[in-house]
Amino acid sequence: MFSILRSIWLIFTHAIRPRETVSYPEQQPYAPPRFRGRIVLTRDPDRQERCVACYLCSAVCPTDCIAIQGAVAEDGRHYPAVFRINFARCIYCGFCEEACPTLAIQLTPDAEMGEYRRHDLVYEKDDLLIDGPGKYPDYNFYREAGLAIQGKDKGEGENEAPPVDVHGLLP
Amino acid sequence: MNETLRSMLIIVSMLVAPLLIAAANIFIERRLLALWQDRIGPNRAGPFGLLQVMADMIKIFTKEDWIPPFADRPLFILAPALAMSTVLLSFAVIPVAPGVSVVDLNIGLLFFLGMSSLGAYSTVLAGWSSNNKYALLGGLRAAAQMLSYEVFMGLSLLGVALLAGSFNLGEIVEAQRQVWFVIPQFLGFVIFFIAGLAETHRTPFDLTEADSELVAGFHTEYSGMKFGMFFVGEYMGITLISALITTLFFGGWYGPVLPPVIWFLLKTFIFIAVFILMRASLPRPRYDQLMALGWKVLLPLSLLNLVITAGIALATNG
Repeated sequence: MFSILRSIWLIFTHAIRPRETVSYPEQQPYAPPRFRGRIVLTRDPDRQERCVACYLCSAVCPTDCIAIQGAVAEDGRHYPAVFRINFARCIYCGFCEEACPTLAIQLTPDAEMGEYRRHDLVYEKDDLLIDGPGKYPDYNFYREAGLAIQGKDKGEGENEAPPVDVHGLLP
Repeated sequence: MNETLRSMLIIVSMLVAPLLIAAANIFIERRLLALWQDRIGPNRAGPFGLLQVMADMIKIFTKEDWIPPFADRPLFILAPALAMSTVLLSFAVIPVAPGVSVVDLNIGLLFFLGMSSLGAYSTVLAGWSSNNKYALLGGLRAAAQMLSYEVFMGLSLLGVALLAGSFNLGEIVEAQRQVWFVIPQFLGFVIFFIAGLAETHRTPFDLTEADSELVAGFHTEYSGMKFGMFFVGEYMGITLISALITTLFFGGWYGPVLPPVIWFLLKTFIFIAVFILMRASLPRPRYDQLMALGWKVLLPLSLLNLVITAGIALATNG
Protein backbone atom coordinates (compact mmCIF):
# COMPACT_ATOMS: atom_id res chain seq x y z
CA MET A 1 0.00 0.00 0.00
CA PHE A 2 2.73 2.43 1.01
CA SER A 3 4.88 1.37 -1.93
CA ILE A 4 1.99 2.03 -4.32
CA LEU A 5 1.56 5.57 -3.00
CA ARG A 6 5.31 6.06 -3.07
CA SER A 7 5.60 4.99 -6.69
CA ILE A 8 2.72 7.28 -7.66
CA TRP A 9 4.50 10.17 -5.94
CA LEU A 10 7.84 9.28 -7.53
CA ILE A 11 6.29 9.20 -10.99
CA PHE A 12 4.65 12.54 -10.25
CA THR A 13 8.01 14.10 -9.42
CA HIS A 14 9.27 12.96 -12.81
CA ALA A 15 7.22 15.84 -14.26
CA ILE A 16 10.05 18.25 -13.42
CA ARG A 17 12.98 16.06 -14.38
CA PRO A 18 14.99 16.93 -17.52
CA ARG A 19 13.63 15.35 -20.69
CA GLU A 20 15.22 12.28 -22.20
CA THR A 21 14.01 13.17 -25.69
CA VAL A 22 16.17 15.20 -28.08
CA SER A 23 14.05 17.43 -30.34
CA TYR A 24 15.87 16.16 -33.36
CA PRO A 25 15.87 18.58 -36.28
CA GLU A 26 16.36 21.61 -34.02
CA GLN A 27 18.63 19.86 -31.55
CA GLN A 28 21.30 17.55 -32.88
CA PRO A 29 21.99 14.43 -30.84
CA TYR A 30 25.66 13.72 -30.15
CA ALA A 31 27.14 11.04 -32.35
CA PRO A 32 30.55 9.72 -31.21
CA PRO A 33 33.42 9.67 -33.76
CA ARG A 34 33.14 5.90 -34.12
CA PHE A 35 29.42 6.12 -34.94
CA ARG A 36 28.58 3.96 -37.94
CA GLY A 37 26.96 6.29 -40.44
CA ARG A 38 27.61 7.36 -44.04
CA ILE A 39 30.57 5.53 -45.64
CA VAL A 40 33.46 7.54 -47.12
CA LEU A 41 36.64 6.75 -49.01
CA THR A 42 39.62 8.52 -47.48
CA ARG A 43 42.95 9.68 -48.89
CA ASP A 44 46.56 9.37 -47.79
CA PRO A 45 48.23 12.30 -46.06
CA ASP A 46 49.77 13.06 -49.47
CA ARG A 47 46.31 13.34 -51.08
CA GLN A 48 46.47 10.04 -52.99
CA GLU A 49 43.63 7.59 -52.85
CA ARG A 50 44.01 4.93 -50.20
CA CYS A 51 41.77 2.32 -51.80
CA VAL A 52 43.72 -0.36 -53.66
CA ALA A 53 40.65 -2.15 -55.08
CA CYS A 54 41.31 -5.39 -53.21
CA TYR A 55 37.54 -6.23 -53.17
CA LEU A 56 37.68 -7.29 -49.52
CA CYS A 57 34.94 -4.88 -48.47
CA SER A 58 32.78 -6.01 -51.35
CA ALA A 59 33.33 -9.63 -50.38
CA VAL A 60 32.60 -9.17 -46.70
CA CYS A 61 29.53 -6.98 -47.22
CA PRO A 62 26.53 -8.99 -45.96
CA THR A 63 24.11 -7.16 -48.23
CA ASP A 64 26.34 -7.04 -51.31
CA CYS A 65 25.91 -3.32 -51.61
CA ILE A 66 29.50 -2.46 -52.63
CA ALA A 67 30.47 -2.76 -56.31
CA ILE A 68 34.11 -2.19 -57.32
CA GLN A 69 36.05 -2.27 -60.59
CA GLY A 70 39.78 -2.25 -59.97
CA ALA A 71 42.47 -0.74 -62.19
CA VAL A 72 46.21 -0.06 -62.15
CA ALA A 73 47.56 3.44 -62.77
CA GLU A 74 50.64 4.36 -64.81
CA ASP A 75 52.71 4.83 -61.68
CA GLY A 76 51.94 1.32 -60.44
CA ARG A 77 49.31 2.27 -57.90
CA HIS A 78 46.17 0.18 -57.73
CA TYR A 79 42.92 2.11 -57.57
CA PRO A 80 39.21 1.51 -58.07
CA ALA A 81 37.97 2.72 -61.42
CA VAL A 82 34.43 2.29 -60.15
CA PHE A 83 33.44 2.33 -56.50
CA ARG A 84 29.72 2.23 -55.95
CA ILE A 85 27.80 1.81 -52.67
CA ASN A 86 24.06 1.29 -52.70
CA PHE A 87 23.00 2.91 -49.43
CA ALA A 88 19.46 1.67 -49.94
CA ARG A 89 20.84 -1.77 -49.10
CA CYS A 90 23.65 -0.84 -46.71
CA ILE A 91 22.95 -1.82 -43.12
CA TYR A 92 25.86 0.17 -41.66
CA CYS A 93 27.35 -2.91 -40.03
CA GLY A 94 30.90 -1.61 -40.43
CA PHE A 95 32.32 -4.91 -41.73
CA CYS A 96 33.81 -3.13 -44.76
CA GLU A 97 35.72 -0.79 -42.45
CA GLU A 98 37.07 -3.77 -40.50
CA ALA A 99 37.99 -5.67 -43.64
CA CYS A 100 39.81 -2.79 -45.32
CA PRO A 101 43.60 -3.41 -45.23
CA THR A 102 44.47 0.17 -46.19
CA LEU A 103 42.04 2.02 -43.86
CA ALA A 104 40.49 3.55 -46.96
CA ILE A 105 36.83 2.85 -46.34
CA GLN A 106 35.54 4.44 -43.15
CA LEU A 107 32.18 5.05 -41.53
CA THR A 108 31.36 8.58 -40.36
CA PRO A 109 28.93 9.96 -37.75
CA ASP A 110 26.71 11.46 -40.46
CA ALA A 111 23.43 9.56 -40.70
CA GLU A 112 21.14 12.09 -42.38
CA MET A 113 20.80 10.38 -45.72
CA GLY A 114 17.07 10.59 -46.48
CA GLU A 115 16.15 10.77 -50.17
CA TYR A 116 12.87 10.87 -52.06
CA ARG A 117 14.08 8.67 -54.95
CA ARG A 118 15.74 5.38 -54.30
CA HIS A 119 18.37 5.74 -57.01
CA ASP A 120 19.63 8.86 -55.25
CA LEU A 121 20.92 6.52 -52.57
CA VAL A 122 23.40 4.91 -54.95
CA TYR A 123 26.66 6.73 -54.28
CA GLU A 124 29.41 6.73 -56.91
CA LYS A 125 33.09 7.11 -56.24
CA ASP A 126 32.92 10.89 -56.62
CA ASP A 127 30.26 11.04 -53.90
CA LEU A 128 32.22 8.79 -51.57
CA LEU A 129 35.73 10.16 -51.90
CA ILE A 130 36.70 12.81 -49.37
CA ASP A 131 39.79 14.99 -49.32
CA GLY A 132 41.12 14.08 -45.89
CA PRO A 133 42.58 11.01 -44.20
CA GLY A 134 39.53 10.43 -41.99
CA LYS A 135 40.10 8.84 -38.62
CA TYR A 136 43.76 7.90 -39.28
CA PRO A 137 45.63 11.10 -40.17
CA ASP A 138 49.17 9.63 -40.47
CA TYR A 139 48.60 6.33 -42.18
CA ASN A 140 49.94 5.96 -45.71
CA PHE A 141 49.60 2.52 -47.20
CA TYR A 142 52.17 2.77 -50.01
CA ARG A 143 54.78 4.20 -47.60
CA GLU A 144 54.55 0.99 -45.55
CA ALA A 145 53.83 -1.58 -48.22
CA GLY A 146 56.53 -3.44 -50.09
CA LEU A 147 54.94 -2.81 -53.46
CA ALA A 148 57.05 -0.79 -55.86
CA ILE A 149 55.42 2.28 -57.27
CA GLN A 150 56.74 5.27 -59.10
CA GLY A 151 58.99 7.28 -56.79
CA LYS A 152 59.40 4.45 -54.29
CA ASP A 153 61.18 1.23 -55.04
CA LYS A 154 61.22 -2.04 -53.18
CA GLY A 155 62.82 -1.77 -49.78
CA GLU A 156 62.33 1.97 -49.48
CA GLY A 157 59.21 1.81 -47.36
CA GLU A 158 59.13 2.59 -43.67
CA ASN A 159 60.39 -0.24 -41.42
CA GLU A 160 61.28 -2.16 -44.52
CA ALA A 161 64.61 -3.96 -45.09
CA PRO A 162 66.19 -3.67 -48.53
CA PRO A 163 65.37 -6.67 -50.73
CA VAL A 164 67.71 -9.62 -50.48
CA ASP A 165 69.94 -10.07 -53.48
CA VAL A 166 68.94 -13.61 -54.42
CA HIS A 167 71.97 -13.99 -56.67
CA GLY A 168 74.24 -13.28 -53.69
CA LEU A 169 73.08 -16.48 -52.04
CA LEU A 170 74.47 -18.64 -54.82
CA PRO A 171 77.36 -20.85 -53.80
CA MET B 1 -40.17 28.51 -26.57
CA ASN B 2 -37.28 29.97 -24.68
CA GLU B 3 -37.38 27.02 -22.29
CA THR B 4 -37.33 24.52 -25.17
CA LEU B 5 -34.42 26.30 -26.81
CA ARG B 6 -32.50 26.24 -23.56
CA SER B 7 -33.02 22.52 -23.01
CA MET B 8 -32.14 21.79 -26.65
CA LEU B 9 -28.95 23.75 -26.22
CA ILE B 10 -28.10 21.81 -23.06
CA ILE B 11 -28.81 18.47 -24.74
CA VAL B 12 -26.66 19.28 -27.75
CA SER B 13 -23.80 20.61 -25.67
CA MET B 14 -23.95 17.61 -23.32
CA LEU B 15 -23.75 15.35 -26.38
CA VAL B 16 -20.91 17.24 -28.03
CA ALA B 17 -18.86 18.23 -25.00
CA PRO B 18 -18.06 14.66 -23.81
CA LEU B 19 -16.99 13.72 -27.34
CA LEU B 20 -14.75 16.76 -27.60
CA ILE B 21 -13.31 16.19 -24.16
CA ALA B 22 -12.73 12.52 -25.00
CA ALA B 23 -10.89 13.53 -28.15
CA ALA B 24 -8.87 16.06 -26.17
CA ASN B 25 -8.14 13.36 -23.59
CA ILE B 26 -6.23 11.37 -26.19
CA PHE B 27 -3.90 14.31 -26.64
CA ILE B 28 -3.80 15.13 -22.92
CA GLU B 29 -3.02 11.54 -22.04
CA ARG B 30 -0.17 11.33 -24.53
CA ARG B 31 1.36 14.59 -23.35
CA LEU B 32 0.93 13.82 -19.65
CA LEU B 33 2.29 10.30 -19.98
CA ALA B 34 5.27 11.79 -21.78
CA LEU B 35 5.65 14.35 -19.00
CA TRP B 36 5.83 11.60 -16.37
CA GLN B 37 8.08 9.37 -18.43
CA ASP B 38 10.71 12.09 -19.04
CA ARG B 39 9.66 12.43 -22.67
CA ILE B 40 8.15 15.31 -24.62
CA GLY B 41 5.23 13.69 -26.41
CA PRO B 42 3.54 14.73 -29.65
CA ASN B 43 4.45 18.38 -30.23
CA ARG B 44 4.78 18.68 -34.01
CA ALA B 45 1.27 18.99 -35.43
CA GLY B 46 0.04 22.52 -34.77
CA PRO B 47 0.80 24.62 -31.68
CA PHE B 48 2.00 22.32 -28.85
CA GLY B 49 0.92 19.39 -31.04
CA LEU B 50 -2.76 20.22 -30.53
CA LEU B 51 -3.63 19.18 -34.08
CA GLN B 52 -2.43 15.68 -33.23
CA VAL B 53 -6.04 14.98 -32.26
CA MET B 54 -7.17 15.86 -35.77
CA ALA B 55 -4.46 13.68 -37.27
CA ASP B 56 -5.50 10.76 -35.08
CA MET B 57 -9.14 11.22 -36.04
CA ILE B 58 -8.41 11.41 -39.76
CA LYS B 59 -6.30 8.29 -39.44
CA ILE B 60 -8.92 6.29 -37.58
CA PHE B 61 -11.75 7.40 -39.89
CA THR B 62 -9.89 6.45 -43.05
CA LYS B 63 -8.81 3.03 -41.84
CA GLU B 64 -10.51 -0.03 -43.26
CA ASP B 65 -13.50 -1.01 -41.15
CA TRP B 66 -13.31 -4.76 -41.38
CA ILE B 67 -15.70 -7.32 -39.95
CA PRO B 68 -14.13 -10.75 -39.79
CA PRO B 69 -16.14 -13.42 -41.64
CA PHE B 70 -16.23 -15.65 -38.55
CA ALA B 71 -17.68 -12.92 -36.32
CA ASP B 72 -21.26 -12.74 -35.11
CA ARG B 73 -22.18 -9.78 -37.29
CA PRO B 74 -25.10 -8.06 -35.48
CA LEU B 75 -23.49 -8.33 -32.05
CA PHE B 76 -20.13 -7.31 -33.47
CA ILE B 77 -21.67 -4.06 -34.71
CA LEU B 78 -23.83 -3.55 -31.63
CA ALA B 79 -21.00 -3.80 -29.08
CA PRO B 80 -19.06 -0.59 -29.90
CA ALA B 81 -22.32 1.33 -30.19
CA LEU B 82 -23.25 0.14 -26.68
CA ALA B 83 -19.83 1.10 -25.34
CA MET B 84 -20.33 4.69 -26.43
CA SER B 85 -24.05 5.17 -25.93
CA THR B 86 -24.17 3.94 -22.32
CA VAL B 87 -21.45 6.39 -21.34
CA LEU B 88 -23.07 9.22 -23.28
CA LEU B 89 -26.43 8.49 -21.63
CA SER B 90 -24.82 8.66 -18.21
CA PHE B 91 -23.76 12.23 -18.93
CA ALA B 92 -27.44 13.14 -19.05
CA VAL B 93 -27.76 13.18 -15.25
CA ILE B 94 -24.58 15.09 -14.45
CA PRO B 95 -25.22 18.65 -13.27
CA VAL B 96 -22.58 20.93 -14.71
CA ALA B 97 -23.89 24.09 -13.05
CA PRO B 98 -26.95 24.88 -10.91
CA GLY B 99 -29.92 23.57 -12.88
CA VAL B 100 -27.84 22.77 -15.96
CA SER B 101 -28.27 19.10 -16.73
CA VAL B 102 -30.16 17.24 -19.45
CA VAL B 103 -32.56 15.54 -17.03
CA ASP B 104 -33.00 16.32 -13.37
CA LEU B 105 -33.62 12.69 -12.40
CA ASN B 106 -34.37 12.08 -8.74
CA ILE B 107 -32.63 8.70 -9.12
CA GLY B 108 -29.63 10.10 -11.00
CA LEU B 109 -27.12 8.06 -9.04
CA LEU B 110 -28.98 4.82 -9.71
CA PHE B 111 -29.30 5.76 -13.37
CA PHE B 112 -25.53 6.10 -13.60
CA LEU B 113 -25.00 2.75 -11.87
CA GLY B 114 -27.48 1.10 -14.20
CA MET B 115 -25.83 2.57 -17.27
CA SER B 116 -22.38 1.48 -16.18
CA SER B 117 -23.75 -2.04 -15.64
CA LEU B 118 -25.11 -1.97 -19.18
CA GLY B 119 -21.70 -0.76 -20.33
CA ALA B 120 -20.28 -4.07 -19.17
CA TYR B 121 -22.32 -5.72 -21.93
CA SER B 122 -20.40 -3.88 -24.61
CA THR B 123 -17.11 -5.52 -23.68
CA VAL B 124 -18.65 -8.91 -23.06
CA LEU B 125 -20.54 -8.86 -26.35
CA ALA B 126 -17.47 -7.62 -28.21
CA GLY B 127 -15.43 -10.47 -26.77
CA TRP B 128 -18.12 -13.04 -27.53
CA SER B 129 -19.01 -11.91 -31.04
CA SER B 130 -15.40 -11.70 -32.19
CA ASN B 131 -15.16 -15.51 -32.10
CA ASN B 132 -11.53 -15.20 -31.12
CA LYS B 133 -10.00 -16.83 -28.08
CA TYR B 134 -8.15 -13.73 -26.91
CA ALA B 135 -11.23 -11.57 -27.36
CA LEU B 136 -13.30 -14.11 -25.49
CA LEU B 137 -10.81 -14.23 -22.62
CA GLY B 138 -10.90 -10.44 -22.50
CA GLY B 139 -14.67 -10.49 -22.49
CA LEU B 140 -14.77 -13.06 -19.70
CA ARG B 141 -12.40 -11.02 -17.62
CA ALA B 142 -14.48 -7.93 -18.31
CA ALA B 143 -17.61 -9.71 -17.12
CA ALA B 144 -16.04 -10.89 -13.87
CA GLN B 145 -14.24 -7.61 -13.20
CA MET B 146 -17.23 -5.38 -13.90
CA LEU B 147 -19.59 -7.56 -11.85
CA SER B 148 -17.38 -7.63 -8.79
CA TYR B 149 -16.39 -3.98 -8.90
CA GLU B 150 -19.93 -2.80 -9.60
CA VAL B 151 -21.01 -4.16 -6.21
CA PHE B 152 -18.90 -1.95 -4.00
CA MET B 153 -18.98 0.92 -6.47
CA GLY B 154 -22.65 1.18 -5.56
CA LEU B 155 -21.99 0.57 -1.89
CA SER B 156 -19.30 3.24 -1.71
CA LEU B 157 -21.75 5.78 -3.13
CA LEU B 158 -24.44 4.94 -0.59
CA GLY B 159 -22.52 6.87 2.08
CA VAL B 160 -22.79 10.00 -0.06
CA ALA B 161 -26.47 9.33 -0.71
CA LEU B 162 -27.02 8.93 3.04
CA LEU B 163 -25.31 12.21 3.88
CA ALA B 164 -27.11 14.12 1.14
CA GLY B 165 -30.40 12.36 1.75
CA SER B 166 -31.00 12.10 -1.98
CA PHE B 167 -30.12 10.17 -5.13
CA ASN B 168 -30.43 13.35 -7.17
CA LEU B 169 -26.98 14.47 -8.26
CA GLY B 170 -27.97 18.13 -8.21
CA GLU B 171 -29.16 17.85 -4.62
CA ILE B 172 -26.01 15.95 -3.69
CA VAL B 173 -23.96 18.90 -4.93
CA GLU B 174 -26.22 21.33 -3.05
CA ALA B 175 -25.59 19.34 0.13
CA GLN B 176 -21.85 20.03 -0.24
CA ARG B 177 -22.22 23.79 0.09
CA GLN B 178 -20.62 23.72 3.55
CA VAL B 179 -18.12 20.88 3.29
CA TRP B 180 -17.13 18.62 0.41
CA PHE B 181 -18.09 14.99 0.90
CA VAL B 182 -14.49 13.92 0.38
CA ILE B 183 -13.85 14.83 4.03
CA PRO B 184 -16.59 12.84 5.79
CA GLN B 185 -16.56 10.18 3.06
CA PHE B 186 -12.83 9.82 2.39
CA LEU B 187 -12.97 6.03 2.44
CA GLY B 188 -15.93 6.10 0.09
CA PHE B 189 -14.00 8.38 -2.25
CA VAL B 190 -10.96 6.08 -2.36
CA ILE B 191 -13.12 3.01 -2.96
CA PHE B 192 -15.16 4.76 -5.64
CA PHE B 193 -11.98 5.92 -7.35
CA ILE B 194 -10.54 2.39 -7.45
CA ALA B 195 -13.87 1.01 -8.63
CA GLY B 196 -13.99 3.73 -11.27
CA LEU B 197 -10.56 2.71 -12.53
CA ALA B 198 -11.77 -0.87 -12.80
CA GLU B 199 -15.07 0.19 -14.36
CA THR B 200 -13.39 2.08 -17.18
CA HIS B 201 -10.74 -0.66 -17.40
CA ARG B 202 -7.92 1.82 -17.10
CA THR B 203 -4.38 0.67 -16.76
CA PRO B 204 -3.90 -0.71 -13.30
CA PHE B 205 -7.07 -2.73 -13.96
CA ASP B 206 -6.93 -3.10 -17.73
CA LEU B 207 -7.04 -6.87 -17.60
CA THR B 208 -9.73 -6.88 -20.25
CA GLU B 209 -7.32 -5.44 -22.78
CA ALA B 210 -3.98 -6.50 -21.30
CA ASP B 211 -1.90 -5.93 -24.43
CA SER B 212 0.99 -7.92 -23.04
CA GLU B 213 -1.02 -11.10 -22.55
CA LEU B 214 -4.22 -10.95 -24.60
CA VAL B 215 -3.14 -9.17 -27.82
CA ALA B 216 -5.74 -6.43 -27.32
CA GLY B 217 -8.35 -8.26 -25.27
CA PHE B 218 -11.96 -7.81 -26.21
CA HIS B 219 -11.30 -5.49 -29.16
CA THR B 220 -8.69 -7.67 -30.84
CA GLU B 221 -10.80 -8.08 -33.98
CA TYR B 222 -11.96 -4.48 -34.19
CA SER B 223 -10.55 -2.00 -36.63
CA GLY B 224 -11.33 1.41 -38.05
CA MET B 225 -14.02 3.48 -36.42
CA LYS B 226 -15.48 0.52 -34.49
CA PHE B 227 -12.22 0.34 -32.61
CA GLY B 228 -12.32 4.12 -32.44
CA MET B 229 -15.68 3.94 -30.68
CA PHE B 230 -14.26 1.65 -28.00
CA PHE B 231 -11.32 3.99 -27.73
CA VAL B 232 -13.46 7.13 -27.45
CA GLY B 233 -15.86 5.25 -25.17
CA GLU B 234 -13.01 4.50 -22.79
CA TYR B 235 -11.92 8.13 -22.71
CA MET B 236 -15.50 9.27 -22.21
CA GLY B 237 -15.70 6.76 -19.38
CA ILE B 238 -12.71 8.43 -17.75
CA THR B 239 -14.38 11.80 -18.21
CA LEU B 240 -17.61 10.44 -16.75
CA ILE B 241 -15.96 8.95 -13.68
CA SER B 242 -13.95 12.15 -13.16
CA ALA B 243 -17.10 14.24 -13.49
CA LEU B 244 -18.87 11.96 -11.02
CA ILE B 245 -16.03 12.15 -8.50
CA THR B 246 -16.23 15.92 -8.84
CA THR B 247 -20.00 15.88 -8.38
CA LEU B 248 -20.17 13.40 -5.53
CA PHE B 249 -17.07 14.12 -3.49
CA PHE B 250 -15.56 17.46 -4.51
CA GLY B 251 -18.49 19.84 -4.42
CA GLY B 252 -19.39 19.85 -8.10
CA TRP B 253 -19.68 23.41 -9.33
CA TYR B 254 -18.91 25.05 -5.97
CA GLY B 255 -15.82 27.22 -5.83
CA PRO B 256 -14.87 30.84 -5.33
CA VAL B 257 -14.58 33.63 -7.95
CA LEU B 258 -14.79 31.59 -11.18
CA PRO B 259 -18.18 30.67 -12.73
CA PRO B 260 -19.61 27.27 -11.76
CA VAL B 261 -19.06 25.58 -15.14
CA ILE B 262 -15.37 26.50 -15.10
CA TRP B 263 -14.97 25.07 -11.61
CA PHE B 264 -16.70 21.88 -12.66
CA LEU B 265 -14.47 21.44 -15.72
CA LEU B 266 -11.37 22.33 -13.74
CA LYS B 267 -12.04 19.69 -11.09
CA THR B 268 -12.95 17.13 -13.74
CA PHE B 269 -9.71 17.69 -15.61
CA ILE B 270 -7.70 17.35 -12.41
CA PHE B 271 -9.21 13.89 -11.92
CA ILE B 272 -8.58 12.97 -15.55
CA ALA B 273 -4.94 13.86 -14.90
CA VAL B 274 -4.95 11.66 -11.79
CA PHE B 275 -6.33 8.79 -13.89
CA ILE B 276 -3.44 9.25 -16.29
CA LEU B 277 -0.97 9.44 -13.40
CA MET B 278 -2.27 6.06 -12.21
CA ARG B 279 -1.61 4.69 -15.67
CA ALA B 280 1.88 6.15 -15.72
CA SER B 281 2.88 4.71 -12.36
CA LEU B 282 1.13 1.45 -11.54
CA PRO B 283 1.62 -2.01 -13.04
CA ARG B 284 -1.25 -4.35 -13.83
CA PRO B 285 -2.09 -6.80 -11.00
CA ARG B 286 -2.53 -10.49 -11.65
CA TYR B 287 -6.09 -11.56 -12.29
CA ASP B 288 -6.61 -13.37 -8.98
CA GLN B 289 -5.05 -10.42 -7.16
CA LEU B 290 -7.60 -8.13 -8.78
CA MET B 291 -10.44 -10.38 -7.65
CA ALA B 292 -9.01 -10.81 -4.16
CA LEU B 293 -8.61 -7.04 -3.78
CA GLY B 294 -12.18 -6.51 -4.86
CA TRP B 295 -13.96 -9.12 -2.78
CA LYS B 296 -11.70 -9.44 0.26
CA VAL B 297 -10.58 -5.85 0.85
CA LEU B 298 -12.71 -3.27 -0.89
CA LEU B 299 -16.12 -4.86 -0.40
CA PRO B 300 -15.74 -5.23 3.41
CA LEU B 301 -14.27 -1.72 3.59
CA SER B 302 -17.18 -0.22 1.71
CA LEU B 303 -19.66 -2.11 3.88
CA LEU B 304 -17.86 -0.83 6.98
CA ASN B 305 -17.96 2.68 5.57
CA LEU B 306 -21.67 2.35 4.91
CA VAL B 307 -22.45 1.01 8.40
CA ILE B 308 -20.45 3.73 10.17
CA THR B 309 -21.96 6.49 8.03
CA ALA B 310 -25.43 5.14 8.59
CA GLY B 311 -24.81 4.92 12.35
CA ILE B 312 -23.59 8.50 12.53
CA ALA B 313 -26.44 9.73 10.38
CA LEU B 314 -28.91 7.92 12.63
CA ALA B 315 -27.32 9.29 15.81
CA THR B 316 -27.25 12.93 14.66
CA ASN B 317 -30.71 12.99 13.11
CA GLY B 318 -32.28 11.33 16.12
